[in-house]
Amino acid sequence: MRKCLFFFLAGILLLTGCSSGGSSVSTGAETGAYIQDMGSDTIVNLALGWAERYQESHPEVRISVTGGGSGTGITALINKTIDIANASRQIKTEEMEAAKAAGLDPQEFVVARDAIAVIVNPENPVQQLSLEQLSLIYTGEITNWKEVGGEDRPIVKLSRESNSGTHVYFLEAVIRKGIKGDTTIFSADTLLLPSSEGIIAEVRDNPNAIGYDGLGYVTDEVKIVAVSGLMSPDQYVIPSIETVNNNTYPISRDLYMYTPGTPSGAVKDFLDWILSDEAQTIVKELGFVPILSQ
Amino acid sequence: MKKLWMNGDTIITGLIKISGYSSILFVTLILIFLLREGLPALVNIPLDSLFSTRWYPTEGYFGILPLISGTLLVTITATLVALPFGIGTAVYLSEVAPAWIKEILKPIIEILAGIPSVVLGFIGILVLVPFVRTTFNLPTGLSGFTGAIILGLIAIPTIVSIAEDALNNVPSSYRQASLALGATKWQTIWGVTLPAAKTGVLTAVMLGVGRALGETMAVMMVTGNAPVMPEGLNAIILPLRTMTATVASEMGEVAQGSTHYQALFFIGIFLFILSLIVNVAANWVSSRQLKRSERILS
Repeated sequence: MRKCLFFFLAGILLLTGCSSGGSSVSTGAETGAYIQDMGSDTIVNLALGWAERYQESHPEVRISVTGGGSGTGITALINKTIDIANASRQIKTEEMEAAKAAGLDPQEFVVARDAIAVIVNPENPVQQLSLEQLSLIYTGEITNWKEVGGEDRPIVKLSRESNSGTHVYFLEAVIRKGIKGDTTIFSADTLLLPSSEGIIAEVRDNPNAIGYDGLGYVTDEVKIVAVSGLMSPDQYVIPSIETVNNNTYPISRDLYMYTPGTPSGAVKDFLDWILSDEAQTIVKELGFVPILSQ
Repeated sequence: MKKLWMNGDTIITGLIKISGYSSILFVTLILIFLLREGLPALVNIPLDSLFSTRWYPTEGYFGILPLISGTLLVTITATLVALPFGIGTAVYLSEVAPAWIKEILKPIIEILAGIPSVVLGFIGILVLVPFVRTTFNLPTGLSGFTGAIILGLIAIPTIVSIAEDALNNVPSSYRQASLALGATKWQTIWGVTLPAAKTGVLTAVMLGVGRALGETMAVMMVTGNAPVMPEGLNAIILPLRTMTATVASEMGEVAQGSTHYQALFFIGIFLFILSLIVNVAANWVSSRQLKRSERILS
């Protein structure tokens, strides 16, 4: 009897462990259109927010949203398993070629903007870093915080995995400082963490750590560092909606949705709605930067 | 009536036979698939590049050495962690513990085996990682050592249950003889029972190693995944990247048939070979010991 109870407990543990893993949502009416949306983990919360609000006013449409990374989403688009791919970077040339080879004609939509915040532990006295310094830190040239005005501590560099659009963007815009043809890469001892939460948790706990993440994911438990661009190295800027829209914050980017061809029907209606003021308010609520209405 | 029974018998025996052979079929098919997808990597990536020390496949660096060394380091350390705890628990359960404690402990260990590795990884991130960093004053707690502790926890139930069975199979006349000769309880365990159960205990350890070798999720969450080439013994307290974590985190993004895809399958072949070695070693150990004991008994 006692044994049975233990097995029962073990079963509950198993079940709770599994159910926390899924992130897809699908609600709505039984009939009508079904949109599958997959890709960037940066966009997943935003896309979920949009999907929930949109389904309230359009009960005939069902939208399922999944994360996995920009590369994962675009691969799924090429494999024709989804209707919309979310990406926090632009589609690569070889991905475009693969899509064309599969008979598709991917269309690009800029749906929001995002700032990449550079974050450190709140105990870390460093307030500001230049793009040049960030590049030197992540390539392993600068290894101690005292070299950038901090305490005598080793620097532990955190990054997302290479299937993350944020990783690719950071590589191009920060480490290579936007220079085309530059082949500098992350130093080998950069920690590649599988989730945004992992980066936030480590920066929160570890005074040696430096990390980067989309502004929408940064919590109060970590400190955002002001960053200066290459053009004006003395002007350090904290990321915000204003500094992204007036282009003073140097590490900001567009967020994209891709469709396999020119959208029609329910997908087109959904994308049109995303560019509306109502949808862009959600962008702001979730900590991203709304695209300016022309 | 009798004939019908005979038919039922042949059908059931046939079905059992099929399910028995099917595992051979599955292993063969998996191996063929792995080789077909992975071996082209040897053609498309120059050997000196494949066996170099930098892994950054999105930019064409395909050096798998840091991944191999990462897996070996974590697995060996995890074995060192799990070995004393696993065998100690097995000895306690089979030789020392009173029946009622055994009744409670065994199901608890079975629960430990049932906890999904994601959950262990999550606890690792929140509890173990900060603990390891502050206790050993490391730059970061996301290290091979943290991964080895979690892997040890995962391997312990396997080691305990198989080693305990092996100890239980030692005839009680051995223990009685030893105790009658005046040996203490500990002397009996160390000098008689454990050596008599050596075969089973070694098999238990090997299977525990195999379990640690293939574990993915928990390792991916706590080792930091930095593909660093170890430069000394201190490499275990630094971040590292295992083969399993690499395949798991990169397989989702690669285009089918690309060089990166082939490199990941090549890593798969390597893992397959490693676990094959561990299993063959376990088999070899048990069969060799069996022959010796047969000689003694005859």
